[in-house]
Amino acid sequence: MKCQTCPSPATLHITEIVKGVAAEHHFCEECAQQYLSQAEAKGNDLPAGVAADEEGESKLKELDQLACPNCGITFKEFRKQGRLGCPHDYIAFQEELIPLLENIHGETQHFGKVPKRTPDDSRKQYRLIKLRGELKVAIAEESYEQAAKLRDEIQRLELETQTPASEEENE
Amino acid sequence: MERGENLAQKSRATIVTDQGRQGHTVKLDELIQSSGEWLRGEGPEADIVISTRIRLARNLSQFPFLTRADEGARAEIERILSGQIARLAARKSLNYFDVTSLQRLDRQFLVERQLISRELSEGQGPRGVGFSTAENVSLMVNEEDHLRIQVLRSGLALESCWQEINQIDDLLEEQVCFAFNEQLGYLTACPTNCGTGIRVSVMLHLPALVQTKEIQKVFQALHKIGLAVRGLYGEGSQAMGDFYQISNQTTLGKSEEQLIKNLKDVIPNIIGYERRVRTALIKENRQGLHDQVSRAYGILKSAQTITSEETMQHLSSLRMGINLGLIEDLPIPTVNELFIFTQPAHLQKLRHTSLDSGERNVARASYLRERLAPQN
Repeated sequence: MKCQTCPSPATLHITEIVKGVAAEHHFCEECAQQYLSQAEAKGNDLPAGVAADEEGESKLKELDQLACPNCGITFKEFRKQGRLGCPHDYIAFQEELIPLLENIHGETQHFGKVPKRTPDDSRKQYRLIKLRGELKVAIAEESYEQAAKLRDEIQRLELETQTPASEEENE
Repeated sequence: MERGENLAQKSRATIVTDQGRQGHTVKLDELIQSSGEWLRGEGPEADIVISTRIRLARNLSQFPFLTRADEGARAEIERILSGQIARLAARKSLNYFDVTSLQRLDRQFLVERQLISRELSEGQGPRGVGFSTAENVSLMVNEEDHLRIQVLRSGLALESCWQEINQIDDLLEEQVCFAFNEQLGYLTACPTNCGTGIRVSVMLHLPALVQTKEIQKVFQALHKIGLAVRGLYGEGSQAMGDFYQISNQTTLGKSEEQLIKNLKDVIPNIIGYERRVRTALIKENRQGLHDQVSRAYGILKSAQTITSEETMQHLSSLRMGINLGLIEDLPIPTVNELFIFTQPAHLQKLRHTSLDSGERNVARASYLRERLAPQN
């Protein structure tokens, strides 16, 4: 979804209630701030859930520092670009994402197709993302012993997750 | 990682040697001789519904999304998915193209044919597309998500699109693990697509509603029930030639079947509305409408230089004229094709040379005169 005033992706979704009538707004971070400061200047009631006081701001700063342990993306980076860094972000930022998803979709529980592979598999996959990141760092730092360990671990996990279709059917 | 990267490069090279860069160019150039099956103007309600399209957004669970994927990870994703596309190729007769090796003009050409998105065309790093010979299945690798599967059909064909895309998705899921969680469904780079990851779109030709400005009412009604309206080339594109894509806005919390049903319930109302307005226009002023359509035909048959915008506008009039029986010597598939073939990259491919905008206008007019000349 695009920001309603500029071509950036919309990352803030505001439901504003004026005299009992709800209006939806979709902004990128910059335009949202502009909109909110204008609303404040006009003396309008600020949309529910958006705190403009200092306490709220420090909370927001704290939130921005939040980073995914797997891919390292911070919540601030996500808010800026509107794209997440890895599947694990949905868990790492769950508390912050759920209200956003509710705003976008009106729902927070998937109801539809489920893949044949189990979510159990996904956990191993998240670990793979993390290990690959660590391997990159180890190589950059020339810690080859560590890199070798990581590579073995990655290979082991890869084997575990790449079960041939025939084996799966037997399970 | 170095080892991994080397491996990835090697595999990519294998794919390139298998099909060959030369092979790509030849194959792409062959496409200009034909058009996609979805343009043939068949299928239910094909006078108003140009095409039905469904896409699914999928990501490999063991890799980060593309925002955090470096060159090596992107190459590895491309290696895995292009391998899967090669595996599907036997069943779906797919051709795979490494988009990084394509010239800008060729990428634009694929965008105009609706086989790739602008995002994939203008993106960075290892990426590709596999599409069927009939041009009704396309799998984009490393677009906004790792994989975007698309199925396209002529006319209103929601169920058959869903059956085919679901089958392709099932075949892929036998071999690869897509990012998924029980609460939020398929996990996508942008939270606006998570859940089903589905976008169901129907492309409508609505010249009478545009002419009478009734279209605004349609937009408002659609917005209220959570459906989005876009132009010919998707998000952010203008509605050229009175074409509108109607699609679902939300992807989480409803099943694929429910989301499809929403469109299935609404589209006939819009079709009925367009038909009623067309009938009213004929009833009120048949001569005026016949004149308008004939003039459009006249300009297209005889102009010496013409812009893309003017072409689209007249082709739209002409298309409505044929469907109302006001023009009898031209088949609908020809007009459908002209909408695509008069676009910049197509004209340049037809003329085998790069053309600036002025030259394109001359080439466009000349191409239109050729195609619309009476057949003797």
